[in-house]
Amino acid sequence: MNYNWNWGIFLEASPDGTGSYLYTLFLGTRWTIAVSLTAWVAALVMGGVVGTLTTLPRRGWAMLGDAYIEFFRNIPLLVQMFLWFFVVPEIVPEAIGTWMKQTPNSSFWTAVVALAFFTSTRIAVQFRAGILSQARGQMMAAQALGMTLTQSYCYVILPMAFRIILPPLTSEFMNILKNSSVAMAVGLMELTAQTRAMQEFSFQVFEAFTVSTIIYIVINMVIVFGMRRLERWLAVPGFSFDRGAEADLRGGA
Amino acid sequence: MEKDEKTDEKAPPMILLDKVGKHYGNFRVLSGCSMQVAKGEVVVVCGPSGSGKSTLIKCVNGLEPFQEGEIFVNGVSVGAASTDLSKLRSHVGMVFQNFELFPHMTILENLTIAQIKVIKRDKAEAEQRAVELLHRVGLRIHATRFPGQLSGGQQQRVAIARALAMDPICMLFDEPTSALDPEMISEVLDVMTELAQDGMTMMCVTHEMGFAKRVAHRVAFIDQGEIVEDVSKDEFFDHPRSERAAQFLSRILHH
Ligand SMILES: Nc1ncnc2c1ncn2[C@@H]1O[C@H](COP(=O)(O)OP(=O)(O)OP(=O)(O)O)[C@@H](O)[C@H]1O
Ligand SMILES: [Mg+2]
Repeated sequence: MNYNWNWGIFLEASPDGTGSYLYTLFLGTRWTIAVSLTAWVAALVMGGVVGTLTTLPRRGWAMLGDAYIEFFRNIPLLVQMFLWFFVVPEIVPEAIGTWMKQTPNSSFWTAVVALAFFTSTRIAVQFRAGILSQARGQMMAAQALGMTLTQSYCYVILPMAFRIILPPLTSEFMNILKNSSVAMAVGLMELTAQTRAMQEFSFQVFEAFTVSTIIYIVINMVIVFGMRRLERWLAVPGFSFDRGAEADLRGGA
Repeated sequence: MEKDEKTDEKAPPMILLDKVGKHYGNFRVLSGCSMQVAKGEVVVVCGPSGSGKSTLIKCVNGLEPFQEGEIFVNGVSVGAASTDLSKLRSHVGMVFQNFELFPHMTILENLTIAQIKVIKRDKAEAEQRAVELLHRVGLRIHATRFPGQLSGGQQQRVAIARALAMDPICMLFDEPTSALDPEMISEVLDVMTELAQDGMTMMCVTHEMGFAKRVAHRVAFIDQGEIVEDVSKDEFFDHPRSERAAQFLSRILHH
């Protein structure tokens, strides 16, 4: 292979005039983080709500939640991205469609919406599992004290469900970061897009992708570290996630 | 023995079950269950495994829906669509076989959460009541611990205190000691005995026949979803009327 390594390339100016290649990658990283974080918060809220719906004793709500999950998880992320970007603005009333197309950073918002819907289905399924893993007993205990269904969920069921699903939520957080690269398909100049641009302008493909790979890994390591901290912070003293292990706990009292 | 079944008509019963029936599809869990618990009375409900005891007692505060008959708690119909079940449950205490404390809350929070959120007591008052009750069940020093850090017997005493914190008009117990190691059973039964002596109205599903002999006024025996026997304690232990109850007793007393 005849390849000219040139690590100095990062300090050279990129032809789009924004600054050095290093700077363009920095801008890309910023978009990647912005998209991932925004979509993550939205997906967490939407997933929490939908996952809760699917466990409600009211049939209608549960079916609505199931339908949502099936719909948004069965369409590839890339297709959803295109749907939100190209199709939805055309089929909604014209005024809204125009507004969608002219909104500043429309590719950013499209990416956020698509990632949020897509990821929220996975989070919803996890919330559902977290809720159902607490035997019916917890719900009964809450209701026996006079709590309404809403109160039982808010004070008793959901706080534990959230703790139980923290480890899989960490993976979802990492997934959303990785999936955010799909946003380049709708024109968002996030990290992968900037890496591709650098490769095309400079022909230094190895340097470009080495650095962006490292950036992705570092961000994901920060996520893992942060989520571990959160897990530790929320840990319940004496609580074992294995409900059958109560005998062990007695020994520790 | 002075509690003759037909006579004490003065006060309306605290709990009244009138021909209660329940089924899951074709499977009958309860049929024609009628019984009463008067104010201040302690009734023990017993019967073989799977006979419908848990289902029956959970019907009393509407945790299990039922299709036939009626249940009244302090004169309020449990099955009526117009009944505010949350409100009714807020003054009917219930203790479960598996304690069901809220694991992410401290013991104190377990005792105050419903006081604050359901009956809107202010925090200071709720905590004062909680500490009082923890003292009463001998667990005051554990207020800041979490349920997972207590023994089963301690957890169950907390669960009783949690129910009492709502100032219930009656208490329902569903096998409160059957998940406990033998040495912890008595600490829970002692709390229940004291409660009975203070005049609490209690409906207890339990196989602790010693407790029944000491504390109960009446015993109801249930088999295959039917209340086979509902008699005074002495009658139940000395002369069980039905063959099934006699068999059950001989098995449970001689094992
Ligand atoms: N959700 C359900 N669907 C179908 N059958 C059920 C359901 N819940 C309970 N049953 C059945 O109803 C019957 C009564 O159950 P229940 O839990 O009330 O019995 P139990 O007397 O409390 O028994 P145990 O002493 O084992 O606690 C059992 O045969 C049980 O299998
Ligand atoms: Mg039972």
